[in-house]
Formats: sequence, structure tokens, C-alpha cells
Amino acid sequence: MAIDAEALEPGLVERSPREIFGGRLLAGSVVLLAVAAVISMAAGSTGISLTSLPSAISAMLGYSSDAADARAALVLIDIRLPRTLLAMFVGSALAVAGAMMQGLFRNPLADPGLIGVSSGATLAAVTFIVLGNTYLGGWQKLMGIYSLPAAAFLGGLAATLALSTVASRHGATAIATLLLAGIALGALAGAVTGVLAYVSNDRELRDLTLWSMGSFAGASWSKVLAITPFAAILLAALPGLVRALNGLLLGEAEAFHLGINLEAAKRRIVLLTALAVGGAVAVAGIIGFVGIVVPHFVRMLAGPDHRILLPAAALLGAVLVLFADVIARLIVAPAELPIGIIMAIIGAPVFLHLVLKRSSGVVL
Amino acid sequence: MRLKSRVAGLRVSLVVSVLAMATALATFAIIAPPGALAQKSPPATGKPTQPTADRIVSLGGDATEILYALGLSDRIVAVDTTSVEPPRALKEKPNVGYMRQLSAEGVLSTGATVIVANAQAGPPEVVNALKSANLKYLALPGSESSENVAEKVRVIGKAFGKETEAQKLASEIEAGFKQVAEKRASIKKPVRAIFILGINNGRATVAGTMTSADTMIQLAGAVNAASELKGYKPLTDEALLGLAPDVVITMTRSGATNNRQLIGSLPGFKQTPAGKEDRLVEMDGNYLLGFGPRTHKAALELMTKLYPELGK
Repeated sequence: MAIDAEALEPGLVERSPREIFGGRLLAGSVVLLAVAAVISMAAGSTGISLTSLPSAISAMLGYSSDAADARAALVLIDIRLPRTLLAMFVGSALAVAGAMMQGLFRNPLADPGLIGVSSGATLAAVTFIVLGNTYLGGWQKLMGIYSLPAAAFLGGLAATLALSTVASRHGATAIATLLLAGIALGALAGAVTGVLAYVSNDRELRDLTLWSMGSFAGASWSKVLAITPFAAILLAALPGLVRALNGLLLGEAEAFHLGINLEAAKRRIVLLTALAVGGAVAVAGIIGFVGIVVPHFVRMLAGPDHRILLPAAALLGAVLVLFADVIARLIVAPAELPIGIIMAIIGAPVFLHLVLKRSSGVVL
Repeated sequence: MRLKSRVAGLRVSLVVSVLAMATALATFAIIAPPGALAQKSPPATGKPTQPTADRIVSLGGDATEILYALGLSDRIVAVDTTSVEPPRALKEKPNVGYMRQLSAEGVLSTGATVIVANAQAGPPEVVNALKSANLKYLALPGSESSENVAEKVRVIGKAFGKETEAQKLASEIEAGFKQVAEKRASIKKPVRAIFILGINNGRATVAGTMTSADTMIQLAGAVNAASELKGYKPLTDEALLGLAPDVVITMTRSGATNNRQLIGSLPGFKQTPAGKEDRLVEMDGNYLLGFGPRTHKAALELMTKLYPELGK
């Protein structure tokens, strides 16, 4: 792990070339995100393009009662816009969660699944898909069409809280214990998921397979509303974690001697990751890959400084998911492919290429 | 130092090329004429009988089969992946995907004016979006049972002005089920049957309760010997022997290995009453389990195969 002293104590050193590049990377990412968002708004199987936006808005505000305008309003404002916003949130949340986990565990292979969020969420979602109609009718009645997302979110959060409680002894969180307990929980959740898949019927089996491949097809304004607080909390809390994460790059003892309150930082990192991933999984199902690839990509370009890494990962994660979603909805139109498939098909070779090309000079 | 500047140059070129690609894509997406990015298949595949005819998207195998049976196929503009009957449906119509994982925009892009949907169509957010669009959403009565097959036919017939044809088909279906019920009443000693979906790793996957195969076995006047199971479950040879079925029902499968050979090769099967007497009934899967408008015929055919002594 290489790190500039500047990253720990701002103002100590002159701006390094890497930092200057980091600034450019952030600016480029913002531009790229804007472009991706515009494409996501403009592309779709109905062929309605952004030129219909004015008529869509007039239909939405009630100035136009033309059927074509109403249709444009439905497609642009009620289908594509919430979908774009959700994809941006999910991409950012997963990429940032991945960056935080890799920082916390000081391991380039760490992904948000390690602290049990994904396993817990999957377990809850699968339980709901298989038993929702028979044993969990009350929950379904209470939450309506949000029963599945809500179950996934609560499952993810509960698993993470359970894990961090297990890993805490005398007020200190043992990172290795957290990691191993996470692996055990993942295996257990996998087994229970298997049992539920065994007792499920064909329809339920297909539902849970599709859920585990992720999709934004169910995007709606109420889902956007539901994730807004998550996005707000993440945005507000991330700047406060930069110093702790940069300190952790040096090692726990070193971070402690730099005066970082490690325990508080660890707890906050774990909780924020659970919120980010839980929210993402709840609205879009399981989308792998983003949490590993995007932070690595940023580290390859701009180094491990979290001042650049976190915002750049957030921006580029959103870009990646937006592009993958555009492909997902166009490639087999009028049907659509689960986004998880697209992500792996495009992402894996690109990632491998980057790793091989840069393996000589990169510090992970 | 030289290496460093080269690495920096590489980064810049990487960012620039990604940006360029994205910009090109964006330009295309924005300036492309409406429809350029749209579906590969043209929205209207059928030949509309009248210029203002309905444009139907059919979601669900039962919906598609009934629409075809009522002669409404030329009004269908798209079907879903479960529309396997008749086989030409998926060949001649665009496919909007699996009916429980639809894309709202995908369905709208077919230019549909009516959606005929199985009760299971989803996800709910997409169904809500489709309902709020300016089109008619016709949800069929749910549950796979013999009772509502005729009901579905009537609902569809009424919606598309085919009442006469629908009434004819529905009464035919009801008469068929009545005939099946009468014949069933004359059965003195019900046979114990099991339905084998397929063989995996030398184990038979058998239909328990809550499956369409279980419903068909009962309609045909037999007892499901595997009624202790729920759903489709793999069984070991020994368990198969324990069920002691008189008859084994399976689906016709083309290809190198058919189910008859596979089932015949199970050691456990040979020792069952069905194996000893070689009583293996093969029927087409969609016909037998699809709960479409031919279900009554399938039930009657199955019954005749289970009870050859009942005759015509």
C-alpha cells in the first residue's frame, strides 16, 4: 500500500502529480456521469427520444391532453427517469461500499458481501419469495408491493448487525473475526437459500433466480423516494470517513497513533456499507462486480487516496451501472436482460485486461 | 521519470477514449430518429384485418393459446416467453420476455392497445405503469384449475367481440370436463399413478401436490402416489419403489435419450407394479400441463390411457 503523506495531513506536502490527476479524474467522471444519465433518459425500446421532453412535461402538468404526449410523459417521467435515478444510486452505493470494505479489510478482494449484507438480504428475499404467499401473508398485507424490497433491506441490516456484534469483544471490533464470521454466515445463508429453493415451486424458483441477477425493470418513483434518505446519509457521512480510511491504509496501529478513533470509524464504515448495499439490493436485487471493479479501476488511475477514491468510485459506479442498464433494456427489446449478466459479460474481460496491462506498475 | 510520464499519458488516453465513446453514443441516442433504437422486429407483424383493430400483447401461455384458438392471432403484436402453444406463436411474434419480469417500456414499444395478462404477470410496479398507460389491461382469472379454463375463454371472447366463438369453445370445454367427470365416476378401482418430470443423476423428479401434474392425475381419476410430496421433488430409487405406482406418466421428449429409456433404466422402477407390467404413459408436456383450452381433451386422453378398459 503506497500512500502520500499529503493524504494524511493536508497541507504538509505540495500537490503531487497523482493528486492533480485525481482532480482531473473527478472532473472527467462528472462529465461522463452527465453523458450516461442523458443516454439513459434518451434510450429505450419505445424510441421516444429526449426531443419529446417538452411535450411530456406539458402533458404531466396538464397543459396537453394529447395521447402521444401522455405516452411520452409516461415513458420519460414515470419509467426512464426513476430508472435512471435508481441506477445511479445503486451504482454509487455499491462502488463506494466496495471501496470502504477494501479500505477496512485492507484487502483488494474485499467486497460488500463480506460483512453479511448480501447474504442476509438474499436470505430474506428468498424466504419472502418462497414463503410469502403461505406463511408471511401478514407481512405482505402490511407492505404491499414493497414487501420484497423491505424484507431484503431488513435482512441485510440484521445480518450485518449480528455479525458486528459477534466480532466485537470488550468494545473492540476484531476485523479478522468479522471477516471469518461473515464467511460462515454466507455459507449458512447459502444453505438455507438452498433448502428454500428445494421446497419452492417452479414459479418461485424462477423468481428467485431472476432476483439474484438484478434488474431495474421495477423502478418507480416510490422506490426513488424510499432510497433518497439512504443517499442523503451516505453523502453526509462519507467525507468524515476519508481520514480514517486513509489512516487504515497504513495499518491499524499506525492509524491509532495518528489519533484516529478506530472503533467509531469501523462501526460507522460497517453501518454505512450495510445501508448502502441494503438499499441497493432492496431496489434492484443482486448486482455483483461493481463493488470490486470500480474501486480498483480508480486506484489504478489515481492511487489509493480516499479523498479521490470515494467520490470517483461513486461517480464511476453510477456511470457503469447506467451503461449496463441501457444495454440491458435495448439488447433483447422488447424484453430485457437481467443487468447482472450484462455487468459480468462486459465488466469481467475489461477488468482482466486492465489488471494484466497494468500489473507491473500498480499498487493495490 | 520517463516511465511515470508514460503511465500518466496512458491514463489520459484511456479517459479520453472512454469519453469519446460515450459522447458518440450520447449523440446517437439523442439525435437518432424515433424508432432507430427501437425493437429489432417491426411493431406490426400480423396483417391487421381492419385498420383500427386492437393491438394485443398476450402475457401468459393460457392467454396466447386462447387468443389463437379464438382466431385472434392476427391482432397479437407480441407474446411472452411462456407462450409455447401453439409453437408458431413465439416464432411469428416479438417476445416481450418472461411474464413475471416484464419491462414496461418494452411492452409499450410494441404499440399495444390491449394487454391480455395471466394473473401472475409482473413485477407489480411494471403492471401498475402499464395500467396507467392509455391502454386496456385485461387480467385473466387466476389459479390453475379446470373450472376457470372456460371462464378465461369467455372473458377474452367478450373483450374482443368474439362472443359466439368463445361461447362455442367454452361450452365445448365444459362439456369435455363433464364427460371426464362422468367417466371418472364409473371408475371402480382408481390406479396409483406418479408423474415423472425427468431423470437427473439417476434420480427421478416426481410431481407432488400443488403441481399441475397432480391436478391432471386427479382429473383423470387416478390417485397421485406421490401425494406426500409438495411440488416437484427428486426421489431416490428406493423411495420410488416405496411409492409402488401402478402407472408412470411422463412427457414425450425428443432427442437421443427419451424419458421412456431413462425411466426404464432405473433399477427401482423395474420393481414397481408399473415397471413389472411396463405401464408407462407418455404425453406432450404443454398439452398435459399447460391448462390451456385443450385441457379437457388432455384429461380425457390421459384417463383413456390409464383405464383402457373404460373404452370410448
